[in-house]
Amino acid sequence: MSQRVKYYQTGTLTVGNRLLDDASRTVQASIDRSNALTSGHRACQGCGEALGARWVLDAAMRATGGQLIAVNATGCLEVFTTPYPESAWQLPWIHSLFANAPAVATGVAAAMRAKGKAVRVVAQGGDGGTTDIGFGCLSGMFERNDDVLYVCYDNEAYMNTGVQRSSATPPGARTATTPAVGPSPGNEFGQGKSVPLIAMAHGIPYVATASVADLHDLEAKVIRAMSMHGARYIHVHVPCPLGWGTASDATLRVARLAVACGLFPLFEAENGVLTGSTVIRNRQPVEAYLRSQQRFAHLFSGPSADPERVAKLQAIADRNVARFHLLQPEEHS
Amino acid sequence: MLRQIEGSRAMAETIALCRPEVICAYPITPQTHIVEALSEIVRAGRLSPCEFINVESEFAALSVAIGASAAGARAYTATSSQGLLFMAEAVYNAGGLGLPIVMTLGNRAIGAPINIWNDHSDAMSMRDAGWIQLFAKDNQEASDLHVQAFRLAEALSCPVMVCVDGFILTHAVERVDLLSQEAVDGFLPRYEPVQTLDPLAPVTIGAMVGPEAFAEVRWLAHDKQLRALAMVPEISAAFAAAFGRDAGGLLRPYRCEDAETVVVAMGSVNGTIEDVVDEMRASGVAIGSVDLCTFRPFPAEAIRAALGGKKRVVVVEKNLALGMGGVLASDVRMALRGENLGVHTVIAGLGGRAITRAALGRVFAAAHAGALEELHMLDLDWTLVTREIARASQSRRSGPAALNLLRDAGPSMRRIA
Repeated sequence: MSQRVKYYQTGTLTVGNRLLDDASRTVQASIDRSNALTSGHRACQGCGEALGARWVLDAAMRATGGQLIAVNATGCLEVFTTPYPESAWQLPWIHSLFANAPAVATGVAAAMRAKGKAVRVVAQGGDGGTTDIGFGCLSGMFERNDDVLYVCYDNEAYMNTGVQRSSATPPGARTATTPAVGPSPGNEFGQGKSVPLIAMAHGIPYVATASVADLHDLEAKVIRAMSMHGARYIHVHVPCPLGWGTASDATLRVARLAVACGLFPLFEAENGVLTGSTVIRNRQPVEAYLRSQQRFAHLFSGPSADPERVAKLQAIADRNVARFHLLQPEEHS
Repeated sequence: MLRQIEGSRAMAETIALCRPEVICAYPITPQTHIVEALSEIVRAGRLSPCEFINVESEFAALSVAIGASAAGARAYTATSSQGLLFMAEAVYNAGGLGLPIVMTLGNRAIGAPINIWNDHSDAMSMRDAGWIQLFAKDNQEASDLHVQAFRLAEALSCPVMVCVDGFILTHAVERVDLLSQEAVDGFLPRYEPVQTLDPLAPVTIGAMVGPEAFAEVRWLAHDKQLRALAMVPEISAAFAAAFGRDAGGLLRPYRCEDAETVVVAMGSVNGTIEDVVDEMRASGVAIGSVDLCTFRPFPAEAIRAALGGKKRVVVVEKNLALGMGGVLASDVRMALRGENLGVHTVIAGLGGRAITRAALGRVFAAAHAGALEELHMLDLDWTLVTREIARASQSRRSGPAALNLLRDAGPSMRRIA
């Protein structure tokens, strides 16, 4: 598998839009971007989801020439963008319920097909709306291969209702319903639930993970997804300063650590087969990522400090590295 | 065209004539034959353009219809019983968003205990969801109501539920006069949505509304229901003028002119009730009945006009609101407040129990003689009930009541006479 270089100069750690030719430059750098999610909304400072959604939708708008309809699940993104009587959406947008965004998107796509219109559909929701309550509708949409791009903004808990655990909450993390008290503080060590892998098991045309740590990569994946038809899924890692206990200016730094330690692997798959992954360029220990957030503080200080649980999290990252080929060949031992 | 046809097939043929552009289907007895027939019609190319989508749940079925309707397509789905409850959140959502979806409800009981047969518990559970609810008396009306339902839904931008008795109508083969495509095209205008998802004119649908305007938005939905009270009879009259037969409307009085006792009911049981009224009239009893077609919005004024000045009203209804009594009877009492007449509730036909002419005749005669209690359970087996109550009072671990009753009732079906 070869890595597609999208933003970085090969062989260096240099980052810069101007290093790219005009056609490859990021959508957000263009004055022609659509601002589908425009300024003035009520997201918290440093909100990873607001950042991710803005880049996703503007990239999809460019890819479709503005012929795009968005369907939103209930959650932070829906609430902070539509406080009555305002709306931050500059594209046709509908919110119905928490659990049904994939099905509503199916309906919109069906209507467009019946009417012979070449208008495309993006559905979006948080991890709760996607990996938990909306999972049935999501799987149904995948199985039917409906012409919908579904984007999950994963901030690893129910942030809109006040930081409760979801099936995307990592082991050990403190949330309002997995408090850092008792003999085993924070979220339990379950088996985990990788919706990107479950999406791949449906054999749908395109599945990708992405992160606000690498926004140009996120855009490229959205544009790739919009070049295809059928059910497509992008799972975007979006830090939440409120829920994770990080400073509002640390969002990108924390997101990069998640990728760099291997806990959040970046990969793409087509028709159920892994087609590429982003190689980690400067690998970090999981501990560096965990220590950057208050939600993991109990693992490192006080009576519940537990190197064993940190080691278990490191093992999860190591498994990701092997499974998704996240290191350059010479870096594998 | 006159056909000897199953009710579900007649409804499906008529729904297809209404040219829905998106149909979502999920199987649940007894509505399955309707969507099976529609899938065949779409597959055979007799309805085009139409997207027929087999979904993974009733919740998804109505959600797909919500998306399709919001995107400007004419959308249809059908369900029954548990399916309606499983989509309950979407039922309220479609009502709140004012999306003109038409849904057939093959009326069926709600468990536990699980029961696939007919009563009206499902429809009653969604009576406040912002949908117009129409009840069909027979399969001719069940078919005709769908044409009216699309016109009504789209004129008001409000979803409409066409309620048809499960099995009694959905599975009954009877004579139905099916409309022609030209006739339906002439009656049902092209769908022009009041709100739609369009990249050329982007709108936000389903925004959050706080205390500053929530009550106003809800009132507007109520106001829509009030406007439906005027529009339902107009559309019914237009239908009669176009096709020469009555269907729909708010309610239909039967032999009420000089009646002292009037029976009120919804759906197919009105056929039986009218037979009983005829029998009692023949023996000189001043009795009539009212077939209530429109349950939501509730036509209180029309009820008052039909029942005011009568001596007593007997509401026969196929639901038992636990801890309260009858839903329809409560609404009828509300409509008749201030009138000097007695209203009796007769709960009948729960879980598909047969409602016989003999049983109705006895109850109506008792009511006419002033000897009927306020809440009467038609043909209830009090022996079974009292035995189970006694059993439960004797032992803490008395076991599942449903199983106990089945054992007591014995292996064969009880004869109801």
